[in-house]
Amino acid sequence: MSRSFRALLLAGVLCAALPAGAADGFGLGRPATPDEIRAWDIDVGPDFAGLPPGSGTVDRGMEIWESTCAGCHGTFGESNTVFSPLIGGTTAEDMASGRVATLQRPDFPQRTTVMKVATVSTLYDYIRRAMPWNAPKSLSDDDVYAVLAYMLNLAEIVPDDFVLNEATIRDVQAVMPNRNGMTTAHALWPGPGFDTAGAAPDTANTLCMKDCKAGVELASTLPDHALGAHGNLAAQNRIIGPVRGRRTGPDEEPDDDAPSPRILAEQAGCLACHGVDTRIVGPGYREIAERYRGRDSVPALVAKVKDGGDGVWGDIPMPPQPDLNDDQARILVEWILAGAPGT
Amino acid sequence: MTLMRTAKGDSPRAGPPDPAADVTSGRLRRAPENFLTGEQIHLVSKGRREFLRAGFLAAGAATVAAAAVAAPSAVAAGAGDPDILQTTPWGGSLGRPVAANPYGLPSRHERALARRQSPGLTQVAAASVSFTPLQGLFGIITPSGLHFERHHQGWHDIDPARHRFMINGARPELVRTPKVYTLDDLMRLPSVSRMHFIECGANTGMEWGNVAVPTVQYSHGMLSCSEFTGVPLRTLLEDCGADLRAARFVLAEGGDGSSMTRTIPIEPVLSGEVLVAYGQNGEMLRPENGYPLRLVVPGVQGVSWVKWLRRIEVGERPYAAKDEAIHYVDLMPDGQHRQYTSIQECKSVITTPSGGQALLDRGFFSVSGLAWSGRGRITRVDVSFDGGINWTEATLQTPVLSKCLTRFSVPWVWDGRPALLQSRAVDETGYVQPSYGQLRQVRGTRSIYHNNAIQTWQVAENGDVSNVQIL
Ligand code: HEC
Ligand code: HEC
Repeated sequence: MSRSFRALLLAGVLCAALPAGAADGFGLGRPATPDEIRAWDIDVGPDFAGLPPGSGTVDRGMEIWESTCAGCHGTFGESNTVFSPLIGGTTAEDMASGRVATLQRPDFPQRTTVMKVATVSTLYDYIRRAMPWNAPKSLSDDDVYAVLAYMLNLAEIVPDDFVLNEATIRDVQAVMPNRNGMTTAHALWPGPGFDTAGAAPDTANTLCMKDCKAGVELASTLPDHALGAHGNLAAQNRIIGPVRGRRTGPDEEPDDDAPSPRILAEQAGCLACHGVDTRIVGPGYREIAERYRGRDSVPALVAKVKDGGDGVWGDIPMPPQPDLNDDQARILVEWILAGAPGT
Repeated sequence: MTLMRTAKGDSPRAGPPDPAADVTSGRLRRAPENFLTGEQIHLVSKGRREFLRAGFLAAGAATVAAAAVAAPSAVAAGAGDPDILQTTPWGGSLGRPVAANPYGLPSRHERALARRQSPGLTQVAAASVSFTPLQGLFGIITPSGLHFERHHQGWHDIDPARHRFMINGARPELVRTPKVYTLDDLMRLPSVSRMHFIECGANTGMEWGNVAVPTVQYSHGMLSCSEFTGVPLRTLLEDCGADLRAARFVLAEGGDGSSMTRTIPIEPVLSGEVLVAYGQNGEMLRPENGYPLRLVVPGVQGVSWVKWLRRIEVGERPYAAKDEAIHYVDLMPDGQHRQYTSIQECKSVITTPSGGQALLDRGFFSVSGLAWSGRGRITRVDVSFDGGINWTEATLQTPVLSKCLTRFSVPWVWDGRPALLQSRAVDETGYVQPSYGQLRQVRGTRSIYHNNAIQTWQVAENGDVSNVQIL
């Protein structure tokens, strides 16, 4: 082995991360272009760093809300169908204090988005990147301002004639109902980072081994109805071994190799917009079954599911499903018309 | 064990057994075709041979009747177990060829162990959770197909050749050369493989106020553990010329519809712990777990392990993203929320036996479970059989790794009396897993997140195991 080769080897061992002789790292990857960075760097921070210019009125926001958001979140942002409600539970006093009073009340179980969020930037950032849920990143920056203005108006944080833009959003921040409701004084952040860091863990159990307490009391047990609420536990445990699952319900349907219609519906994303009993974006499946009872509607509905369309149940269109083949669409439609059994 | 068998033979369509059809002598249950009396159970637990001798040679009337049901009539009394005496279907025929399953699958007899949703927890399956069946797993590694799922906007099977990963700075000064990497680039770089647990911050969240779910799958199943392979994020930040002295946080962002973002602490990035990972248990990540790229942030709650990772931004201030300003904030009794709670504190749970199961019989059991800590290694686990009055130290199975699941076990001879099983873990910082009483004292009952309280399983006289809480 030549001396220089050995030197190279040694160098390789000493700085294993960097290839020997490469001045600019590994020579892998390439510089990002300014347009690429602009396309992806869409985060908006609590200090409004990254906030794009633009503006929107409450009125315009109402149009967007009713056409693209209300189907899932309810006309007043109150809907519980898809997710916890967005709006409600805050007061003018909260806006003055910056602490939402209902959060202190154990008898007030509902926690809406506007009750919790301390930073209005969070809402702008999130709606722009992720909403509407089934078509994220489809709103323009102005539309995001507008729909956020409308949500803030629903929450009675801004008046009907409010115009939200990159300047007025700072005024909104100054009256956000829960703006003083967050603390970072806890031990669950690894490292400094926050000036509150360094807190000790908030519990301090000890290693007692013998006669640690006088007696034992059960504070809570599983209510009877909850034992069977997760199906038959016997079918969720092995058929061999030291234990068996308790029988808490009927046997599950025999496993077929073809996926059940319900699983197909889940995989095809139908259940994101249709509940079995509830309307989400589209009608509930039992509603559909009811409407077409006694009619031969399978071919028409198969075509509708594949091609999409609107007008039968309202203005909101169902998107086309190009990935479904005819067989799958027929299985789904027949299952829906049978009342979506097995859900 | 024909006589103990409760399933219907080897029929591929055999449904699950029916162990709860009856309760006899407070211990074993009648299965559809087999039924052992208390005396027979006693004999079985003394050993098979004695049972056979007593059953067949002494020929007690009841015993013969029971045995006749269990053993096919073709077997002469006294001969033994038909699965030994007769040729089995698999012992007397040709099996299937290689590569019949090009990607191997679990036995069809194992279908009971599957990811499952908790009914009513969420309204739509694309923003929901499926839980890992911890009640049936061994060791510490979660099979990739059973890794729990938590999606906010559904999952995709992304074309890896079109996936891009970008690093940039919140200010241009923070990253000298913002860069784009392909999977080709990333997979050429020096990699590491490390075993770590991942736990959702909301694991056990349904149980803050009271017992709510029947089994460990639903109470603790937002927990998995894998070997992850990838490039330390630090290596990539250095490759882009990031100012690691000015950086105080990084933002991680996903490439899916939610483009999920989370603020990541800089310390585990600088220490080399945070990985930009593409591998999981020797293969690529599963699509449900972020294929082809996810962040691995050991010890920190799962929501920070951003899936389908497309971008890292080097920054100086936390970002207050939706899942750290509206969710994953811990509500305290005074109405304040703790924000940026990230570490998964030391926790443990007994998985065998656990809620919703029934013990087969009195006698010997190896009680076993999992312990983990987001602050490092597990140093000790104690187990109690009387609800926390007295404790016994459990054996930790190796390997015992930092921020990884650790399997513990302790021998137990069940005498048929009611018992209350608990486990209590300790980590290398000396932190001892708290009781429900201690945790609620400081955090109340409404937090949803970071419930690491000691779990109790109640064993009844008939062998039924149930979820209960002790303060
Ligand atoms: C197809 C149903 C659907 C539509 C349409 C929809 N959303 Fe959503 N929205 C959701 C779901 C589901 C979530 C929760 C996502 C998650 O779990 O991360 C959500 C979350 C949100 C949140 C965060 C709430 C919180 O507490 O985390 C906001 C804000 C929001 N949506 C606003 C909007 C706006 C504005 C529109 C219209 C432009 C809209 N949404 C349209 C389903 C929908
Ligand atoms: C993005 C939301 C969305 C998704 C995803 C979706 N639908 Fe729909 N669906 C709708 C809407 C909205 C309507 C009502 C259309 C109308 O008024 O004509 C509808 C209507 C229907 C109808 C009744 C059609 C009629 O003319 O009466 C059927 C059947 C149906 N959907 C089946 C499906 C199936 C099967 C899938 C999955 C392959 C699916 N949908 C996926 C939104 C959706």
